Amino acid sequence: MTKPIVCINHVSKKFCRSLRKSLFYGVLDMSAELIGLERNRINLRKDEFWAVRDVSFQIEPGETVGLIGHNGAGKTSLLRMLGGLILPDTGNIEVNGRVQALIALGAGFNPVLTGRENIYINASLMGFSKKEIDQRFDEIVAFSGLSEFLDMPVQSYSSGMVVRLGFSVAAFLEPDVLLVDEVLSVGDLAFRTKCQVRIQELRSNGVAVIIVSHNLHTISHLCPRSITLEKGKVIFDGDTETAIDIYRSSLIKTYQKYDDNNLRGGTGEIRIQKVEILNGFEEKQDVFSIGEKVKIRLHYHAYQPVLNPVFNIVIHILNSFQVTGIRTDVDGIITGNFNGEGYIDIDIPNFYLLPNAYTIDAVIFHSDGFTFYDRLNNASHLVIKGGNEINGIAYLGHSWRIN
Amino acid sequence: MKDQPLEVTITYTSEKLSQKPYKLLILILSDIMASRELAWRLFLRDISAQYRQSLLGIFWAFFPPIITAAIFILLQSRNIISTTTNIPYPAYVLIGTTLWQIFADSVNAPLKSTTGAKPYLVKIYFPREALLISSFLGVLFNVLIRMIIVLGVFIYFKIPLHGGLLLAPIGIFLLILLGMVIGILITPIGMLYSDVSTSLPIILQLLFFATPVVYTLPEKFPFSILNIVNPVTPLLVNARNLMINGVFDNTSHFIFISTITIISAFISLAVFRKSLPIIIEKLGT
Repeated sequence: MTKPIVCINHVSKKFCRSLRKSLFYGVLDMSAELIGLERNRINLRKDEFWAVRDVSFQIEPGETVGLIGHNGAGKTSLLRMLGGLILPDTGNIEVNGRVQALIALGAGFNPVLTGRENIYINASLMGFSKKEIDQRFDEIVAFSGLSEFLDMPVQSYSSGMVVRLGFSVAAFLEPDVLLVDEVLSVGDLAFRTKCQVRIQELRSNGVAVIIVSHNLHTISHLCPRSITLEKGKVIFDGDTETAIDIYRSSLIKTYQKYDDNNLRGGTGEIRIQKVEILNGFEEKQDVFSIGEKVKIRLHYHAYQPVLNPVFNIVIHILNSFQVTGIRTDVDGIITGNFNGEGYIDIDIPNFYLLPNAYTIDAVIFHSDGFTFYDRLNNASHLVIKGGNEINGIAYLGHSWRIN
Repeated sequence: MKDQPLEVTITYTSEKLSQKPYKLLILILSDIMASRELAWRLFLRDISAQYRQSLLGIFWAFFPPIITAAIFILLQSRNIISTTTNIPYPAYVLIGTTLWQIFADSVNAPLKSTTGAKPYLVKIYFPREALLISSFLGVLFNVLIRMIIVLGVFIYFKIPLHGGLLLAPIGIFLLILLGMVIGILITPIGMLYSDVSTSLPIILQLLFFATPVVYTLPEKFPFSILNIVNPVTPLLVNARNLMINGVFDNTSHFIFISTITIISAFISLAVFRKSLPIIIEKLGT
């Protein structure tokens, strides 16, 4: 058993919601630090909250670990503490080696100066000596593919070119621990692939890599192990598949707490009471496998007679883009008269969506299909379980025959 | 992949490292040594960017002290201000405003350089001292350019040269050091509150009149108190005296202020080092 390369022991960090107070606390903390007083670390002051709370884990050399959590779960704060930018309020972090971050691509670039000059500046900031830069310079340029633009000022580069130049310098870092924050989600596909290849290379050289990304596919491709954070706490540490499942259910929990009632609007003659997700046996269920039978049941209440309303169900990936939508008018269904309470069923024999967390919005339109009676966002949620081996946007129902 | 495995262990801890002052000093000095290459790179970047985007270039280094001097030369020639100097008044004022501008630059430099580095300061770790060293180099660069003014004054007014002139760089260095110390000490607060950078020009303006730049040392009470209270006075007066007469004036006061300045230089570096993580936390990403 080798010595862990990163050792995080009971680390907490608090932040402040109000800017004014935050700055004032900053002054207090600085004064305390300078006079040599012990500053108030354990108790929260007014408007403060724990951004990271009692986090402990260890990372071995050559491990690639994903940090998963929704916005504000403490991922970036943790990464910044690992990078030595900010210090923990309690606990300690031990790193046995050189930490470098793939965070600030193109740090210190001056737009007026040429690409060549900026490579030197950026690399110096990342800790390279002039000799080291001279040695790697040609490789860096070749990697960026920008040799013909090298003596142009960086301000005339396209934004994609700037990112490429920045990454090319960062690609030649030789850290013991590499921190990656969301850079994998910028740039084009070729660039992202380059990043991933480089990370694999570093990993096989025994570098520990810690990745923060909202793109769970990236995480599941690169990291065998992941840590799920919720409100600054570690809620899971283990295999990535489970970590992602736990993250998704935690995400749904947060969404279910949202009260979107004040956003409803509409003319209101007929209202959506609730939307239920049922399985093939008409039992409530919210976790399914790919291709299972799903029934969506929409309960309505018409307060006065309504003629031919249009029902619409929209499915989103939680926190992200729309996957699909179903409308009665598009399907050519005349819905007829409504009065009082009742429900409508939508049967989906094979729910062919990829593993992810989904949220369902329901809308009832007037018969014109534009004005709406009622809209219920985040009406219901469901999770398609399974790994992230399947990447993409569509699932095709299929069977194999090996001849 | 690496020549040798690194045996360094970095610890970030909430617990206060019981650092003895001399250990902290050694740490700071070793970081300064480690960051000199980066500091040089940042200095080159700032200078080349500045001059590449400027039509008149180093003219702007001459301009402020000369304009200030011109105003006072005019005022004095009309007898609006009366002061007697042992060299022609224009020479006295030109050297004075040049030295003052060097001091004012030194006060401004640390905050300006740290604020300018904010975008990457909050994202990657590098020896923070590099920012201070590079701003120090920037001040030195301007000093060299401004010496052309002094040279012009010496030639035009035929001021005799003394052996003491060789000591003048020490005087100028201490003046820069005092300015940088003040600049570094206000940087932490200045990064958090914009009030500091807003008020700085006004305060420097007041300090300008409280320092014998365009007039000689006031001898009458209560203005003579300023000579003692204002730390800029002995350093600026002596830098000028060393240039003109080659002699020290009020040596004990000069040595006292110089010692204080050198000691506070180390204190200011410690303050800078201790407060930056807290500032970065407050600045966000």
